[in-house]
Parts: sequence; structure tokens; C-alpha cells
Amino acid sequence: MPSRARRRVSKKILEHELVPKHEVLSFEEAVEVLRRLGIPPNRLPAISVNDPIVQLLGAKPGDIIRIIRKSPTAGEAEYYRIVVAF
Amino acid sequence: MAYTIFTDDLNTLIDIASKVLPKKKFDEIKQKVIDNEKLTEKQKANIIRDAIIIYMRALAQPGEPVGTVAAQSIGEPGTQMTLRTFHYAGIVEFDVTLGLPRLIEIVDARREPSTPMMTIYLDEKHKYDEEKAKEIARRIQYTVLDAVVSEIEYFQGSNEFTIVLDPEQLEDKGVTVEKVIEALERGKLGEVVQTEDPYVITLIVSERLLPPEYYYDPGVYREIENKIRKVYLKGIKGIRRAVIQAEEKEVDGKKVKEYYIVTEGSNLAEVLRIRGVDHTRTTTNNIHEIAEVLGIEAARNAIIREIMNVLQQSGLDVDIRHIMLVADLMTFTGRVRQIGRLGIAGEKESPLARAVFEVTVKNLYDAAATGEFENLTGVSEKTIIGQPPPVGTGLVVWLKSRETEKPIEVAEKKKK
Repeated sequence: MPSRARRRVSKKILEHELVPKHEVLSFEEAVEVLRRLGIPPNRLPAISVNDPIVQLLGAKPGDIIRIIRKSPTAGEAEYYRIVVAF
Repeated sequence: MAYTIFTDDLNTLIDIASKVLPKKKFDEIKQKVIDNEKLTEKQKANIIRDAIIIYMRALAQPGEPVGTVAAQSIGEPGTQMTLRTFHYAGIVEFDVTLGLPRLIEIVDARREPSTPMMTIYLDEKHKYDEEKAKEIARRIQYTVLDAVVSEIEYFQGSNEFTIVLDPEQLEDKGVTVEKVIEALERGKLGEVVQTEDPYVITLIVSERLLPPEYYYDPGVYREIENKIRKVYLKGIKGIRRAVIQAEEKEVDGKKVKEYYIVTEGSNLAEVLRIRGVDHTRTTTNNIHEIAEVLGIEAARNAIIREIMNVLQQSGLDVDIRHIMLVADLMTFTGRVRQIGRLGIAGEKESPLARAVFEVTVKNLYDAAATGEFENLTGVSEKTIIGQPPPVGTGLVVWLKSRETEKPIEVAEKKKK
């Protein structure tokens, strides 16, 4: 049911306090991140393409997503997840 | 471990600090030290240098068994937890699972918590007004005809059912008689006839439901009565009860009561769609539901929050970093997985590591039957075969595997 109501809720969830900021990395950024971490992309934590936030961002499997978490210990922490298809 | 920084230059030190320290700590130092005019440049440099060194010393070293430390840090205080508590959590009239059963529930990633519960916050327009809050609570609570009916009368041998409504309950639930009639008509049970008394409705049940040959079968009558009682009036499916709670708050120096709704049962997706609900704070204690509606990162935050809540309510002080590790581990595949034999421990690659954890013999049989390969690289496997495990200093090895992955070169080739 991709009605208007559904879409409105979808946008709303980005404002929820439990949802940290997500952003899709460009190819260059992704290479930079993997170089810094020294791992191949398949070793990154995963996030499903069907994840509501990923659908909102319109990311495709293989994209890397940077998550800027609000951390109670570090203030702000970066985390990376790779979009997987399941 | 000893760290030294061989510089006295303030700007260099600030530069190092901004790169090394987490944002929160750096901001604190910036506020209290760098922007402090009472300190000399040398004092500032010394403070910042010490801060960096202390921070570096506090970091977990490579090879530190953080998982084991986390397990012990949660496990030891966990022994003090009450085994069985089914008491309310400071909320009137509510039974909420707490203590060890709830902790197990979270870590096992059950589909449904044993006491699903939502905390629904309201938006600016509604949260300071009890009446408006009640109005929303009524819209949310799942109400069937049974809640507003005082009596249903019928005689065997007749297809007339007399429904007597309870005016008090009607008002309490915010339902009008017209709405009830509408709902009954939508239920397609038969013809609805109003009587002289506004609170009495006659329902002539259709022949489809009550054929004349069953006129003397009490079972059929009871079935029809149940069907009438279950006619849907309003509300959201899954929300069995909604209760208003109030919290004293200070807004612009004035003391105000903020009203919010606590519910028994949970349906996050639907509740977020209700107008007047604060969609930024409303939550549920069902972690799978959060993962579905708000995504995996929100689920991770929810796991941390729920576990910390349980521990705090039991009066236990466990560092949040251990819980964060657990939550990260549970969500790193993009789905909420449990920690036990069916989740993280059961999905380990090494058959020996799985055998060490639970159901030893079955795991070994299965591994043998399917011809699994044992790399002998993990801590448990190394311990079994009597070699130094890859923990702490044992992590450092001289030989380099030929299969070393080279992500950077691969990525660069692709770019060309």
C-alpha cells in the first residue's frame, strides 16, 4: 500500500530520536573509508536494502552508509554499514 | 602502556587533541581549557598533553578480550537480579516484565515481548491538556462492542437480539450510539433496528448466520452473541489498553503537567500515523517492531536503552559500553539476532567453537556429516588443541597468511 499516508510516515521516522543520521557515501568516500579501516567491503557490518531508512535514502546493495551516532560516551561516533540484499 | 608526546607547542597539541580525542571530550577541553583566559599558554599545553596521554591509556588495547569482559561485567551483577518479578515499573495499573526475565527476553531477541508496551508522547498541541490526551487515548485503544454493552438478550426460537448499551461506558470510550449502529451494519450480521429507548438496539440476525433449522441450538446463539460482542468500533489493532500518565515538567520557568499515554500491547507503525502523536519520541518495548518501522540503527539504540533500563531498575551499575558492544553484535548483520545457540554463537564458522558452546555432540556429528572445515584460528579452538589463543599478546604472530585481503588495491583497480 504505497499510499500518501505511508510516505508521510516514512519521512517522519527520520526525526525519531532513536534514528541516527544516515548518509550514503560516494565512491571516492567509500574507497577512502575502506582504506582507512583496512578491510574489504564484505567485512563491514550490514544493513538491509529493506531497512526503512535505506529505502528513504534510495541506496542500492553495495553502497556504504555512514551513520553518525549520538554516543553517550564519545558524544558523536561514526559507524559504517554496507547495504546488502536480503 | 606508556605514551609520551614530545612537544610543548600549544597549537600542535590542540591539533593532536582534536584528532585523537572523541568530540565530546575535545569540546569539553576546548571550553574549559583552551578558552580559559586565566591559564597561561604553558599550563594549557600541559593540561592538554596530559589529557591526551590519559585518554590513550584508557583505550582498549588491540587484542583485549572486550567480549569476555562485557560478558563478565553483565553476568556478575546479573546474579543479583531477581529471578521473577512481575511488578509494575512505577506506572499505575500496569504489569511489566522486569529483572532477569526481561533481560533474557531482550538478549534472546524474542519476536514479541511477554508484556508489549508503548509509551506514546503527544505533540505540543495536545500534551498539556488532559482532555485532549484522553481523546487521543480513546482513538488509539482498540475497542469492540463488548466494551460498551451492558447486556445482550435473545430468545431461542427467534432471530431477534436485543443489545442494551451502557451510557457510562459509551461516554468513557467516546463512542456514540450512531457509531455503534454504523459498526453493526458494517459487521453484516443482519438488520439493525432502533427502538424507543436510545440505548437499546434490536438486531435481526440474517438467515445466513441463523437458519431457521438452528433455532433451538444454544451453541449457535452463543456463537452469534460472541460475534456481536467482537464487532470493531474504533482504535488500533494490538492496543489492548491505553492509560493517561502525567509528568511534572518545567517549561519556561513554569511548572506544567505533561500528559502521555502508556499502552498495553504495541503497534508502532499505526500509532505513529495518528495525528497528535509526537513521532519523535514515541516508542515501544518490542525491538523487532522498532527494527521494522525505524530501521536497524534505531533497534540498536532501543536494545541499549531497554537493557540499561532493566539494569538500572534492578539497581545495578553496568557501564554502558558493555551494553553497546552487545547491541552492536546483535545488529551487525542488519537484522536483530539473538545471542544464544540460534543466533551469534550458533552462526560461528568454526565447528569446534560451536561445539564448545552448546549441544556438543550434535554439532560435531553435523560438522562431520557435512564435511565442514576447521581453521583452528579462534580462541576456543586454539585452547582445545593446546596452542596460545589469539588474545592479548597471543594475537601477535610472525607469519603472514598468503590469503591476506587487499581491499585497497582492488578498489583502485576498479576506479581505473
